[in-house]
Amino acid sequence: MNALRRNLREILRYPSAIAGTVIILLLIAVSVYALVAIPYQEVLRLWRGGENVWYANPQYAPPVWMNYFTRKKLPVSFAMSTAEVNEDEAVMKIVEVGAQNTSKTYITYTFDFNYDDFPQEMSLYFTTTYEAKQPFVSVLWITPDGREIRIGDFGVSKKMTYRMSQDEKLKRRLGGLPPVQGLFADPNSETPVPLKGTYQVVINGVSFEQDSNIDAEFVFYGQVYGLAGTDHLRRDLMVGLLYGAPIALAFGLLAALGTSLLTMIIAAVGTWYGSWVDELIQRITEVNMVLPFLAILIMVGTFYSRSIWTILGVTILLSIFSGAIKSYRAIFLQVKESAYIEAARAYGASDARVIFSYLIPRMIPLLIPGLVSAVPAFVFLEASLAVLGLGDPSLPTWGKIINDAWLSSALYRGYYYWILEPAILLMITGLGFAMLGFALDRVFNPRLRGL
Amino acid sequence: MTTLSEAQEISQPVVRKATRSTFVRVLQYSAVRLITLFGTIVVAVYLTIMIANMGGYVDEIMRGEIRERITLQVVNNPANRNLDPDALNKLVLDKIALEEKRLGLNQPLAMRSFRYLANALTLNLGRAVNMTSDSGSRTVRLIILERLPATLLLMGTANLILFFSAIFFALSLSRKYGSFWDKAVIAFSPTSSAPPWFYGIFLILIFAAVLKILPFGGMVDAPPPDNSIGYALSVFKHMTLPATALIISSLFLSIYNWRTFFLIYSSEDYVEMAKAKGLSSRDIERRYILRPTLPTIITNFALLLISLWTGAIITETVFLWPGLGRTYFRAIGLYDTPVIVGLSIVYAYLLAITVFLLDFVYALVDPRVKIGGSGKQS
Repeated sequence: MNALRRNLREILRYPSAIAGTVIILLLIAVSVYALVAIPYQEVLRLWRGGENVWYANPQYAPPVWMNYFTRKKLPVSFAMSTAEVNEDEAVMKIVEVGAQNTSKTYITYTFDFNYDDFPQEMSLYFTTTYEAKQPFVSVLWITPDGREIRIGDFGVSKKMTYRMSQDEKLKRRLGGLPPVQGLFADPNSETPVPLKGTYQVVINGVSFEQDSNIDAEFVFYGQVYGLAGTDHLRRDLMVGLLYGAPIALAFGLLAALGTSLLTMIIAAVGTWYGSWVDELIQRITEVNMVLPFLAILIMVGTFYSRSIWTILGVTILLSIFSGAIKSYRAIFLQVKESAYIEAARAYGASDARVIFSYLIPRMIPLLIPGLVSAVPAFVFLEASLAVLGLGDPSLPTWGKIINDAWLSSALYRGYYYWILEPAILLMITGLGFAMLGFALDRVFNPRLRGL
Repeated sequence: MTTLSEAQEISQPVVRKATRSTFVRVLQYSAVRLITLFGTIVVAVYLTIMIANMGGYVDEIMRGEIRERITLQVVNNPANRNLDPDALNKLVLDKIALEEKRLGLNQPLAMRSFRYLANALTLNLGRAVNMTSDSGSRTVRLIILERLPATLLLMGTANLILFFSAIFFALSLSRKYGSFWDKAVIAFSPTSSAPPWFYGIFLILIFAAVLKILPFGGMVDAPPPDNSIGYALSVFKHMTLPATALIISSLFLSIYNWRTFFLIYSSEDYVEMAKAKGLSSRDIERRYILRPTLPTIITNFALLLISLWTGAIITETVFLWPGLGRTYFRAIGLYDTPVIVGLSIVYAYLLAITVFLLDFVYALVDPRVKIGGSGKQS
């Protein structure tokens, strides 16, 4: 216990160890939060969900905080729906019952627009109920300077989407400008410049049946979205980035732990029994050295299964018989001859007892730094396979986000956030473990002390 | 341990009679060592063959592909339109059988795997299943040879620069240990936990996407320049980013490792003695630090040379560099076992030859090492 405390005090002398520990603790906190906040099934639904889950998000939108760094403020996405009761009266819905089963519905969306660029798109998603006769709506646009622009008049089916940018009539009415520009453009300016202020979208609907109802969601597809932005499938990257943390940690830690422990046990067993057991282990190590590690992993991923657990198993299997087994063996050979092992043998301790209670515990100080330093390599290995397109098919991982971005030529098209966010998270994770492992190595390896 | 098992005798030939001549000892040692290494290669290559066929799973994929392709071919052929269904069916089955025979799929994998093994060991690499070289050949040897120069150029440049600059910086740091630069290298060495492609992405982002001064990937401009100087310049321009990525990703850690290694050797008594005698630091470095560490340096250099062969699968893929690494990756994607096995066997042979030769090199550079003796072994 005293030795442990002394070692701990020693470790705390290294600033890199403290920084590494803080990073690792933060990652664990994020992982726990991710696992609690988004259950596994929910993640699968969100990450594999297509348009029906993410229809209200813009495509390729950088995160909102990008606006802090640029002079030109890009519009932030939002959606307003009559289905949800709104406290601040940004959405208002009034229904007036008229004669002969008809009723009138007035819907007003009010929003502030203080940005320097136009949105990607604006859409109205109508949900109506009726038996035989479609309700009819007319949509109006009210600008901050009081102009009223007629957007369109049309009958609404039960589920209907109206996309403003695809309305050719509206485009002609706006003097040939694309509707998303024309509706916001300042009339006093030569070039299309957005007019800032409070805008309103007004829907005046008439329905012709007793229980007919009109609900509509107004979606403003801005150019920035959320804390992490969106990808080509309109998915919120936050989900993937959050959930990537527990996966990266689990893969890295399990692979490092499995590899180090098994290597150590096999080395101990080999040295203890000697003769052909030891010989066999040495030969396997040599064969393993010739095998192409990454190529085999790629083959397993391509031919067999891309499940993260299969890849983890094969990784551990291929990493056990590595060069480390030889260095452990050299140390075990020394330990084997020490007096306390001889004493154990003299009082009749079993082979298993000697190996697991006397040989292996002696090596734990060597095991810990090696284990921590091995984590980044495995975290990056998982990301590397994902970048090659061999990531787990269902789970979101940081490597898979990079792969998605890469396949969409994100760098070429300027969507830097898409690659940078997962890459920086990977780098922080790798650095955290590497820094801690480095300090541990110096504390536990007396030969390196002072060097 | 009183009785030496047979296996042990093979791997660690202990010379009992000191009177035996050096020649016989070296010969015996070499023979035993060669046999062991060859055995290792046989096992490793056989494993690779089985993995590359996924225990027969790849056969199923290939059979399915053949069936689909031939059926479509026969059905879509206007000449077969007037055949009755039975005859058509027979034609399809015959053609499938012929194609399976051509690819050797009519034999069970267990038998074929030994034929593959024998072919691989004799470097008879055979013909690719799906891949072709740029000149249209299906010969695995040509496919490999066509891609080899690109990999050697990229990996060779990057690794040689890395190796020599790391040793150079490490030597000068070990002299000024504890200085600012020494501490900086220690602080930066955790950055080597990230693989080259990772730095590659950042480099592409900065130099290709934002600054637009270097290309995103590839090996030469399209269309390639006519004159050789322009061609070389274009290749150099394309090589800069991948080579930089390869160097950055391991520079700091290898400087750190070499520096620590040199420091351990420079605290030896004979180095202190040399310092006391007043020898210049250049002499001390050359004669008392580099000389005893030469075997390690040579081992690392040799392993570096053979690592050139495998290329960098992911870095080449990210930078679209037409080297062996990308060929490897494409071969796996196309289930092209002959190419996969061909690349693996050459690597295995290169590794074994290097390991074998290293023993002799040690004896040449380090008088303390005796071949086949009970002294230092690799």
